[in-house]
Amino acid sequence: MFTVIGIMFGGIAAGYLLRKMELLQNIGKPISYTILLLLFLLGISVGANDAIVNNLTTLGGQAFLIALAGTAGSVLAAWGVYHFFFKERRGE
Amino acid sequence: MRGSLIVVAFFALGCILGWSGYLPDVVVENNMTMYVLYLLMFQVGLSIGSDKKLKEILCSIRPKLLLVPLATIVGTLTASALISLVITKWSVFDCLAVGSGFAYYSLSSILITELKEASLGVQMATELGTIALMANIIREIMALLGAPLFVRYFGRLAPICAGGATTMDTTLPIITRYSGKDLVFVSIFHGILVDFTVPFFVSFFCSM
Repeated sequence: MFTVIGIMFGGIAAGYLLRKMELLQNIGKPISYTILLLLFLLGISVGANDAIVNNLTTLGGQAFLIALAGTAGSVLAAWGVYHFFFKERRGE
Repeated sequence: MRGSLIVVAFFALGCILGWSGYLPDVVVENNMTMYVLYLLMFQVGLSIGSDKKLKEILCSIRPKLLLVPLATIVGTLTASALISLVITKWSVFDCLAVGSGFAYYSLSSILITELKEASLGVQMATELGTIALMANIIREIMALLGAPLFVRYFGRLAPICAGGATTMDTTLPIITRYSGKDLVFVSIFHGILVDFTVPFFVSFFCSM
């Protein structure tokens, strides 16, 4: 855990020091390539794993439940915040 | 949406290759993922540190606006903890780790797979990582498709909170359309802030 967060903070510091470099303003592209590579690697380990391939529907069901819960929870909380803090100042 | 399709395609391609068994064992069983993850985290850090808008955004924060990302975080985490009562296979912290991806499926799934390996073992960690990937993709799809419904029943902030960490890019167009143009800034601010919390929450819940 600390390695990952530590490396990120190292990146933040480096990025801040080097923020004048033009190159860094286009960091979004390499990030998406790295993400694609990582998901490809994750795909390989998932595909090579028979226990996961055979249980894909079960895992998918659990994933659906967690997604539904997260969405419902945040939408309800959004309603609360909107209702109590934002609504009366709608014309703002 | 197109970006998500490409991501899913890469993941699926990996799945098929891994499943086919044609790959040499070296590729399947090495630790390369860990180092690529470190590279990714460093890049994420670079992008945060070098962002010229970051300072402006930090300066323009009004306390009231913080309530929006707060609602997303509190709502998501509470509901994820509650749903773990139904999903008996995983602990409450496992469900929280998946939920705290806030639709940022790529980073959260990879972090969970790598960080959970120590406590759950490779098998369970990969399973939970797969769940995280699917759950957070499904959440993004829900945010995209449900936006008009959310606005009608839960107010104009609801699509923003549902979108989690994606509200400054992939779900921004749909939010602008249904919540109104005046909330564009709130949506971007919300997305950046929630996005920033993902690595912290995910690794925190993985260590529990």
